[in-house]
Amino acid sequence: MGRRLTGFLWRHPRAQLGLLLSGPVGWLVIAYLGSLAVLFVASLWQLDDFSGEIVHDYGLQNFQELWETPVYRTIVGRTVAIAAAVTVTDAILAFPIAFYMAKVATPRVRALLVVAVLMPLWSSYLVKVYSWRIMLQESGIVNWLLEPFGLHGPGFGNVATWLVFSYLWLPFMVLPIYAGLERIPDSVLDASGDLGGKPWMTFRRVILPLALPAVVAGSIFTFSLTLGDYITPQLVSSTQFIGNVVYANVGIANNLPLAAAFATVPVAIMIVYLLIARRLGAFESL
Amino acid sequence: MKTGQWRWWTALAALTLALAALTAAGCGDDDDGGDGGGDESAALQKLGKGEGEVNLIAWAGYVEDGSTDPNVDWVSDFEKETGCKVNTKIGNTSDEMVTLMRTGSYDGVSASGDATRRLIAGGDVDPVNVDLVPNYKDIFPALKNQPWNTVDDVNYGIPHGRGANLLMYNKDVVKPAPDSWGAVLDPAEAAKYKGKVTAYDNPIYIADAALYLKATQPDLGIDNVYELDDKQFNAAVDLLKEQRDNIGEYWSDYTKEQAAFTGGDSVIGTTWQVIANLVQADKKSPPVEAILPKEGATGWSDTWMISSEAEHPNCMYEWMNHIVSPKANAAVAEWFGEAPANEKSCALTANKDHCDIFHADDEQFFDQVAYWQTPTSDCGDDRGSTCKDYSEWVKAWTEIKG
Repeated sequence: MGRRLTGFLWRHPRAQLGLLLSGPVGWLVIAYLGSLAVLFVASLWQLDDFSGEIVHDYGLQNFQELWETPVYRTIVGRTVAIAAAVTVTDAILAFPIAFYMAKVATPRVRALLVVAVLMPLWSSYLVKVYSWRIMLQESGIVNWLLEPFGLHGPGFGNVATWLVFSYLWLPFMVLPIYAGLERIPDSVLDASGDLGGKPWMTFRRVILPLALPAVVAGSIFTFSLTLGDYITPQLVSSTQFIGNVVYANVGIANNLPLAAAFATVPVAIMIVYLLIARRLGAFESL
Repeated sequence: MKTGQWRWWTALAALTLALAALTAAGCGDDDDGGDGGGDESAALQKLGKGEGEVNLIAWAGYVEDGSTDPNVDWVSDFEKETGCKVNTKIGNTSDEMVTLMRTGSYDGVSASGDATRRLIAGGDVDPVNVDLVPNYKDIFPALKNQPWNTVDDVNYGIPHGRGANLLMYNKDVVKPAPDSWGAVLDPAEAAKYKGKVTAYDNPIYIADAALYLKATQPDLGIDNVYELDDKQFNAAVDLLKEQRDNIGEYWSDYTKEQAAFTGGDSVIGTTWQVIANLVQADKKSPPVEAILPKEGATGWSDTWMISSEAEHPNCMYEWMNHIVSPKANAAVAEWFGEAPANEKSCALTANKDHCDIFHADDEQFFDQVAYWQTPTSDCGDDRGSTCKDYSEWVKAWTEIKG
C-alpha cells in the first residue's frame, strides 16, 4: 500500500506538491482569511438597543457612527500618529546600530550585537511594559535621574506610550535594516569614495536609496505592531488606542458589531500602508 | 512578474469575499437567546458528591487562599473539607464578569447588581435552591429576595455582602483631609492635585458623578443615579469631562491602583477598602486613608450565582454555603472591607466593631448607598423610557476618556 502511494506520488509531482501544501494553505485560508471574513461580516450587523442581542441585519450604521462621532476620529488619529512617531524614532535609532553591525563591526562583535538586539525578545512583553511602568512612576528611576537637573519625567501619558513602544519594537527595525545594509557591496561604497563622494554624500546618494526598502520593511513591523496594541496604552497611560475601544466594545458593552467595524479600520490602514510599501520595494527586502 | 503578483492579490481578495459571503449565509438565523425567566425546577434538587474542583469568577479579595497574605485564608479549609479544589479568575469589572460567565467555562461568580440582572436575563445563570445552602437562613433579611438576586420569586443567588466605594487619599499630600467627592469632582478642588487624581475606569463611574450632582445641584432632580435622563446624564458626563483634565490615570485593575498609590502617581481617588488595606500594608507606601464622603457613595451588594453550564454544580453549592458561613463570611468581609451577609459573622470578626463600622445591619446607612445596577432606558418612574441605557453609558465613557 505504502509502496503504491509512493509510486503514485513519484509519478504525479503535482499531487505531491498539493498534499504538501494543503495543510499550511488550508490553515492560512481558514484561520487568517476566514477570520477576516467573519470580521467584515460582523461589522455589518447591529445591536438591538433594547435586548442587547445581535441582530443579523446588514447595514453600514456602524461605519456611519464611527465616521460621525468625533471621539473615534480623534482616537484613530492618535493611534496613527503615535504609530508613525514610533516608526520614525525606531528608524533613526536603528540605522546607526544596523550600519555598525553590517559594515564596521568584526564578525565576533557582530554576532554579539545580533544576540544583544534579539535578547529583549526573550523576555515577556508584560514584564517589559511593567518595568517601564516602574521606571516612569513618580518615585521611579527616571524622575530620580532627572531631579538633579530640575527636570521631571513624562509621567504616564502619550509620551510614555511612545517611549515604551519605541523600546518594544526596536529589534523589529534593526534586523531588516541590518539585513538590507549587509546586502550593499562594500565596493559600491568604495566607488563612491573614489569618485569624490564625501561620507555624507555617499550616505545620502548611495546607502540611503539602497537601504530604503529595508527601512520600509522594518517600518511595516513597528507601524502595524503599534497600531494593533492595546495593552501598553492601558498600562502606562489612560489614553485610548483603536484596540482599547475595540476591547471596551467587546468586553464591556458587548457591542461586537461596532467593535468589528472599528477593527476593520487598522486593517484598511495597513492595506494602504502595504500597497505603498510594495511600491517602495519593501517586499523584496523582507 | 507584476501581473502575476496582481493575480495573487485579486485571488486573495476574491477568496476573502467568498468566505465572507459563506459566513453571512451560515449566520442567517441561529438563536442564542437564553430562556430568561426560569423556574425553581431548573435548580439543583439534591446535593451530590463534590466533583473535585470548582472554577470561580470573583472580585479581588473574595477568594483568598493565603497566597496574598498567609493570615488571609478561607479557601484551604474548604478544599480540605470538601475535596473541591478552588480555581479563581479575578474579574476587574462587572462587564468582564458577564463576558467571562458567557464563555461557560466557570461554575459560578460573585456578581454585583449591575451584572446579576444581565446574567439572569441572558440565561447564563441557574436558579439557586436555597434549601441546599444551610447557612442561607442566617443571612440578613434585608439582603434576601431583592430585585438583583430574585426574579419572579425565584432565587438566583446567595447574598455575599455589601459595601460602598470609598475615597482614598495620600495623607502626606492631600491636606486638609477631604470629606466630600468634591475633592475629585469639583474642577477647582481637583485641580489642586492635577495629574494625580484617579477614577474607576468603567462606565458605571458616571453614577459617581451623578451622585455628587444629586447633592450639589438639586435642581437637576436626580433621584436614582442609575436612572438618568438626557439633562441629568449630560450634566454628569460634562462634569467627568472636566475631571478628565485632572486625571493622572484611570484604574480598573486593582493592582494598577495599588501601584499608583504606592508609587505616588495617584494621590486621591475612588477605591475599594481592600485596595486601601493593601496599600497600608506596604511599608514603602506613603500613608493613605479611605473615607466615606458626606454625599454617600455608590456601592455594591454582591451575589454568588451558579452558571447554567456549571460542570461542578455540587462543589459550587458547597462553595456558596461555605462563603456565607459565619467564619468565612466574617473573614472575607473584614479583608475586603464590606458588611457581611451572615448575621452571625458579626460576632466572629477580628475587629469586634467591624459590623458597626461597616453598618452591617444599619438599613438607614445603606439607604444612602446607591448599589450598582445596570442602567436601562426604562426610568422606573413617570419619566417613562427616556433614560440612558448602558450602551449610551459606554459610548459616553469612551468620549469622556477621549
